[in-house]
Amino acid sequence: MAKITYIEHNGTPHEVDVKAGLSVMEGAVKNNIPGIDGDCGGACACATCHVYVDDAWRDKVGTPEDLEKSMLEFAENVEESSRLSCQIVVSDALDGLVVRMPESQH
Amino acid sequence: MAEQSLSPETRIVVLGAGHAGGSIAGFLRQFGYPGIITLVGDEPIAPYHRPPLSKAWLKGEADAASLALRPASFYEEQKVELLLSRSATAIDRTAKTVTLSDGTTLPYDILVIATGARARRLPIPGADLAGVLELRNAEDAEKLKQAIGPGKRLAVVGGGYVGLEVAASARALGAEAVVIEREARVLARVACAELSNFFQTYHGGKGVSFELNAGVEGFVGTDGHIAGVRLSDGRVIACDAAVVGIGAIPNDEIAGAAGLALDAGILVDADARTSDPSIFAIGDVTRRPLSHYQRLHRLESVPNALEQAKQAASAIMGRPRPAPEVPWFWSDQYDLKLQIAGIPFDADRIIVRGDRDAAKFAVFHLKGDRIVAVEAVNAPPEFMAGKMFIGNAKPIDIDKLGNDSVSMKEVAA
Repeated sequence: MAKITYIEHNGTPHEVDVKAGLSVMEGAVKNNIPGIDGDCGGACACATCHVYVDDAWRDKVGTPEDLEKSMLEFAENVEESSRLSCQIVVSDALDGLVVRMPESQH
Repeated sequence: MAEQSLSPETRIVVLGAGHAGGSIAGFLRQFGYPGIITLVGDEPIAPYHRPPLSKAWLKGEADAASLALRPASFYEEQKVELLLSRSATAIDRTAKTVTLSDGTTLPYDILVIATGARARRLPIPGADLAGVLELRNAEDAEKLKQAIGPGKRLAVVGGGYVGLEVAASARALGAEAVVIEREARVLARVACAELSNFFQTYHGGKGVSFELNAGVEGFVGTDGHIAGVRLSDGRVIACDAAVVGIGAIPNDEIAGAAGLALDAGILVDADARTSDPSIFAIGDVTRRPLSHYQRLHRLESVPNALEQAKQAASAIMGRPRPAPEVPWFWSDQYDLKLQIAGIPFDADRIIVRGDRDAAKFAVFHLKGDRIVAVEAVNAPPEFMAGKMFIGNAKPIDIDKLGNDSVSMKEVAA
């Protein structure tokens, strides 16, 4: 179990507990957090679960693999801290993780 | 309807608990809807992801909990009343009520029809034999799962995406698979010849056999169970089970009976509103405007269900209409990740990028110098860039697009 804070683009925070083994995207969808749709259900096919990982957590979360990287290359509003949250697996080590959402998901 | 007129007593009834129905309940709460939500579904389980049924779930790589759209606790927490194992039998638009199959009547202020589509069936002899299957819901998938395994022979009637995905899963489970297709190529209705040929060759390499240009006359059986598929040339393809995947029919009958405008699907506008201002329709059951193509179309996809769920929830809540999405689709077969954006309406040329032999390429469909669709196999940059270009309708440099030594990033620059 890890406590994860999802911050909407407008600044609204949502702090929820997410079971280890789920993805950060699934944690958002299961808790009905606005701004992360996860259209493809986690197949890394759509980039509708784009988040910015808080700077303090970037090392722990790690960097994207090639497939995710190539999806992100053409997503909107991409920054260095961008990740597709369906590719971040929640573990106890991520207890306290903070992610922010972009303006829109396409 | 504007937000001001919504109260805790407002009743929204959603008919259909698939991806569209399940999603609109979530969006309404996200947008602050204060009233009652009742979700009516004919299956015994809460909304779940259908796409894995032909893929990860069939191969045993996903369980019921991972299929669920939301955890069971969601419905209680978000105050969404779930009425499962029942369907609507009639809509009374004057009284603003729906009658359910259990005989009860539900009043509504706003009705959302999300009844989806059902598998098209073959009206031929033997179609009622045990082992003649279809794949639309979890129950179908469970039956199919029981029917395929090492040494079993599966006949796949219809070489569309569902058929090919099932064939790939069957091979992964050690079953034999033969795809029987009426047209001269697989994916005939949904993909270009280039892609059809690639997929057929790839499946062939994995041991799937094909019967093309093959009509199906009937299913033959012994003791009430299928034993083979009889083709129109008289041959019988022996099998232990057959799965029929020949398209879907919108479940628009109760909408039609209630006098809503239909055209092979419920007609809706860009807010997913039907011809009755109190009734919305979302997902596979609708024929909807496609703003990027200036036409009406019926889409069968999860992204479409989500987009329309968001449109309807926004309209109900008086929020601005969400930006239009480019239609897109995906399919996973073996190690192939197929992503499709757009629909090649009126396309007049094709540009192929990448290497078919390496199973990493994309087929771009152009109308003049605009991309109207892209079919990308293990080529996410081409998919993402293509989707972006379809969305903004900007002209593309065709020479660069066709030149593999120019990166997609440069093409898009």
